[in-house]
Amino acid sequence: MSERLYPVTLQVNGERVEAQVSSRQTLVDFLRDSLRLTGTHVGCEHGICGACSILLDGEPVRACLMYAVQAEGCSVTTIEGLALPDGTPGPLQDAFCETHALQCGYCTPAMIIASHALLEANPDPTEAEIRDAIGGNLCRCTGYQQIVEAVQLAASKLAKGPK
Amino acid sequence: MKSAPFEYIRPETLAEACAVLEEHGGDAKLIAGGQSLIPMMAMRLARPAWLVDINRLGALKSISVSDDALAIGAAVRQCVVERDPGARANLPLLGKALKWVGHVQTRNRGTVGGSIVHADPSAEIALVACVLDATLVLEDSSETSEMQAREFFFAPMVTAIAPEQCLTEIRFPVWKEARVGSAFEEVSIRHGDFALVSACAQVALDADGLCIRAALGIGGASPFPHALPEVGQMLVGKRLDEKVIVEAADLAAGLIDPDGDLHATADYRRHLARVMAARTLAAAVEDAI
Amino acid sequence: MKPVAASASFRYIGKQRRTKEDPRFVTGRGRFVADIALPGMKHVALVTSPHASARIKAIRTETALTMEGVRYVLTGEELCANVDPLYVGVDAPKVHRYPLARDVVRYAGEWVVAVVADSRALAEDAAEKIEIDYEPTPYILDPEKAILPGALLVHPDHGSNVLFRRKFVWGPVEEDFARSEHTLSFRARWGRSATVPIETFGVAAQWHPGTQLLDVWASIQMPKFPDQTARALRLPGNAVRVHFDVDVGGSYGVKRGIKHTVLVGYLARRLGMPVRFIEDRLENMRGGDMHGPDRIFDMTVAFDADGTIRSLKIRALDDVGAYAGRSPLQLGKPVGAIVGPYRINSVEYEPISVLTNKTAQEAVRGFGQAPTNYAIETAIDRVARHLGMDRVELRKKNFIAKDQFPYLIPSGSTYDSGDYVTVLDKALDAVKFNELVATRDAARKAGRLAGIGIATCLEPSGGNSAFEPLFNPKNQTTTWMDSCLVRVDISGAITGVMNTSTSGQGHETLVSTVLGEVLERDPDSIRVVHADSLNALPSNSPVGSRMAIMLGGAAAGAAKKIKATLMAIAAHNLGVPESALEYRDGNVVPKTGAGKGLTWDRLVEIAHRNFHLLPKGMEPGLQAKFVWEVPTGGGLPTADGRIQMYPCYSFEAHLVLVEIDPLTAQPKILRYVCGHDCGTMINPSIVHGMTYGGIAHGIGAALYEKFAFSDNGQLASQTFMDYLMPSALEVPAVDIVDHCTPSPLTEFGQKGSGEAGYLGAPAAIASAINDALAPLGRSIDELPMTPLALWEKLQGGSTR
Repeated sequence: MSERLYPVTLQVNGERVEAQVSSRQTLVDFLRDSLRLTGTHVGCEHGICGACSILLDGEPVRACLMYAVQAEGCSVTTIEGLALPDGTPGPLQDAFCETHALQCGYCTPAMIIASHALLEANPDPTEAEIRDAIGGNLCRCTGYQQIVEAVQLAASKLAKGPK
Repeated sequence: MKSAPFEYIRPETLAEACAVLEEHGGDAKLIAGGQSLIPMMAMRLARPAWLVDINRLGALKSISVSDDALAIGAAVRQCVVERDPGARANLPLLGKALKWVGHVQTRNRGTVGGSIVHADPSAEIALVACVLDATLVLEDSSETSEMQAREFFFAPMVTAIAPEQCLTEIRFPVWKEARVGSAFEEVSIRHGDFALVSACAQVALDADGLCIRAALGIGGASPFPHALPEVGQMLVGKRLDEKVIVEAADLAAGLIDPDGDLHATADYRRHLARVMAARTLAAAVEDAI
Repeated sequence: MKPVAASASFRYIGKQRRTKEDPRFVTGRGRFVADIALPGMKHVALVTSPHASARIKAIRTETALTMEGVRYVLTGEELCANVDPLYVGVDAPKVHRYPLARDVVRYAGEWVVAVVADSRALAEDAAEKIEIDYEPTPYILDPEKAILPGALLVHPDHGSNVLFRRKFVWGPVEEDFARSEHTLSFRARWGRSATVPIETFGVAAQWHPGTQLLDVWASIQMPKFPDQTARALRLPGNAVRVHFDVDVGGSYGVKRGIKHTVLVGYLARRLGMPVRFIEDRLENMRGGDMHGPDRIFDMTVAFDADGTIRSLKIRALDDVGAYAGRSPLQLGKPVGAIVGPYRINSVEYEPISVLTNKTAQEAVRGFGQAPTNYAIETAIDRVARHLGMDRVELRKKNFIAKDQFPYLIPSGSTYDSGDYVTVLDKALDAVKFNELVATRDAARKAGRLAGIGIATCLEPSGGNSAFEPLFNPKNQTTTWMDSCLVRVDISGAITGVMNTSTSGQGHETLVSTVLGEVLERDPDSIRVVHADSLNALPSNSPVGSRMAIMLGGAAAGAAKKIKATLMAIAAHNLGVPESALEYRDGNVVPKTGAGKGLTWDRLVEIAHRNFHLLPKGMEPGLQAKFVWEVPTGGGLPTADGRIQMYPCYSFEAHLVLVEIDPLTAQPKILRYVCGHDCGTMINPSIVHGMTYGGIAHGIGAALYEKFAFSDNGQLASQTFMDYLMPSALEVPAVDIVDHCTPSPLTEFGQKGSGEAGYLGAPAAIASAINDALAPLGRSIDELPMTPLALWEKLQGGSTR
């Protein structure tokens, strides 16, 4: 007796996706295994480490704490969707490279998602606000310092506007 | 850590949701934000045969302010309450509590009702509901009933809700006195962790600064969020100076029933309860301009 | 080798440059093992022991086998009959370790049955249906009881619970104690924690019957991983191909995964299907064997009234859990820095590695140095307190002075270079120490508990694992090599090949920077790839802060060979001696500036196309390999256990200001400065990043993280709800102050730095917390220093 499949239709990185999913497949597993968008990572599967962060209708959430079927009609943005339209990395991603805000890269997509959401809502955050925005994303490599610097750098670049 | 299999239903109406609960009883579980439920399902500690998704039920999504209450639909997201002007103006205590609830990302999904029904003894929203003695509106297929928050919680994760019932609304009383102050403080090991102990206070002062109304509660130090009306009564008519606050905190520390676990012994929790009761009362007084 | 001057300036080395690795990760294009989907791949879930100790009476798999998608159910009985036991680092042939339990389980969380199914979810469904009859048996959890004669035995065939025990006496310990004016003793406990990467261990394997080859992709950081995998699977070494180009999501020592790999490798062969196992977090925490040192130090210090520290007696009891791989050796590595940065004349060191019915330990960042530094620095602080002497002055008084290098310590290692006073002074300046003291004192006056912490510690680097023969004379391993292959292809493009895995240390950047420096070509144009274990040159993997030294050195060595080849080709074709030519930016030109030279492109063309123009006997093409032994390596221990351990010694000086809320006992770090000297930094951003990260790890170990076991042997902190790791809200901003004392042993003066920060942070934070408690006459000598532990101290001692 096979598991029943449920239809789900959603937007992922601006593209319409129609799929059949098992009810228990989490959103992160769906993105990774069914859509092969492996930039979002699994770290704990119980909602603490934040490595699975994505934007759901523009707001950062933990994709391990949603079932894919629940995302019906929603718009999901993953790290793959944060590049600029021509595929080049955006200013935030560039800032992460400039300050070396990563080492192993495992928490990085989630950090960028969380930082992106912060800068969209608050283009000139204080250090405390940055730390709060990434406070639910654990990193074991960087000690967070260069990540904070990257967000500050991106904020200052975005404030200056496009060249 | 993959969930055990379940059937998924996304009812279009509250009546439909209740009908499913009626049919399947304890085999069905409602899911709103899922921030507490899904980790339990991932660890297979919760394994409902039916998962009923109420995230999109309009009936559960409204916030309204009436003369003396702030009514929040059970499926209203915590982040929505944080930003709602009516909630901020009329019930600042809730916003102060929400600062301590998880992280940005969990508040983007977690709901007010979900936190209450999950009934972790250290849950912040549940503590505010108990301290203010909010009214919980419960519905099942046959009727709508109301229950006071202070009667709702029995033990960790155990409430008065019946398997066929859905929490639909939480009505927080709004104090209309001229000088109302509130505070919410928490001791946790890291920011965003489950509270070891939390304290929640709201006071109303008269023009001379005497207390005319007070409510205090302690979370994480009893099997349920613990409102302490005895302390509130003790404070009425008094000037809430340091001496009185210490007395109140001592009384509070004697009323709670803490347990020990990996992170805190019962003694430590009782001590923290005393400290946090004093701190929040003092802060609430300060806030009551 | 001519020592590099501290003021040496390089073209690329030491400059602020972006790394090669970052661009792919910021766009989500890493390739971690869970990203690898092999066609027809199956998935594994585990059934684990609920008991700390039990006999397995029966395993019933019938129901599980009927379930949807289930392909196989593997028990220990089958597996253990078909693979060889895993390697133990000490001489304990009766302490067998296999991926699955057979007949008995020895810790709660031990893996008992593996289920293979079409998906992880289906495998978990079936795992729930496995029925196991256990007969629980008594267990032992207290390491101090476990070493006593007559103790309950975790491995009865081994005859005791002691895996290793030896008392080393280096120098005239008893005489030094006799003539010292003072002694003091104390106990310090380093609680069990680990560096817990966000990515769990994962491995995928595929067996190719046509070529008799097992392909392995794993999230690995482990010396001799392909070899040990092959041996356990009873395969020849060239029948296993480990793909080192898999991105590893953090390791910091722990990703040894040998039992996972043997399990999956066996299944892949047995089933003829690719198999992948990604630990879930519960499997990882309880049974992934990635816990770190769990150590009780009994310290006695002999010193004079003027602060001269003469001798140390150290007993280090480490609870490795129910099995051991390399974990007992974490008591051996600190031998190489057993006196810290101090001129201590003699040491008695008694390491004891003991078995209990707990999750097995594995290697953790620093390989035992962080706990040892914590114990040594606690001793220094206690001496200062005893004498009423300033902690900075006491340290400076006992530091090895900069003109005393190379400095031989009593246990046989020579420290290569250092300037401890200068680094500490730089840190003191940066933190504005007098102001820091004033800030602390003002806080105290206002009724708050405030303390300043100081820790000055060594970071041995270079990874000569001479503790292997030290702890096991039957193991005569003295080779600790690494390697690099450099190719200049027919188009003139440069590719460097590294021969092991990377877990965030920026090795591609390291190698390309070094190659660019030596060949005077832009590192951005240089590609670095990872070999696999069949085409790799020998390597010992990135452990022991060794890659800047060893991989950097190998890259430089290979590049120098290429450069020499180009010079020879040029001299031969220009008809002049090499001494008349100089190498400039890849071209070879006359030193005088007059006459013809040859460009890079032309030289490459000659090498690849014009055999008739090559010097006689020269190999065609343009490539070089360099394989070399760790500097100062190759020795065996003396009879009294003296040995040269790691070659290069980096140094860190931490200064911390903390406050403890006097009512809630919550600690808070208010200021953090770290002076750091790892010689020449090849890429400063990478070094700083790892130092910040090491400090964050240290904050976790000091204040938050513990693998706590209940009285019945259950891991109480088995999820991230209870094992608490510091977030951006717990880790403060840190100021790093750099200093450079080059190593005389390396090409560019670089020392290793992969463990920086972690080796000194716990000591520094403990020092600060104790300074905060000192006015109350209290002290805490157990990590982690949780709010509960601090509160119990504030109450006046503890019941723990």
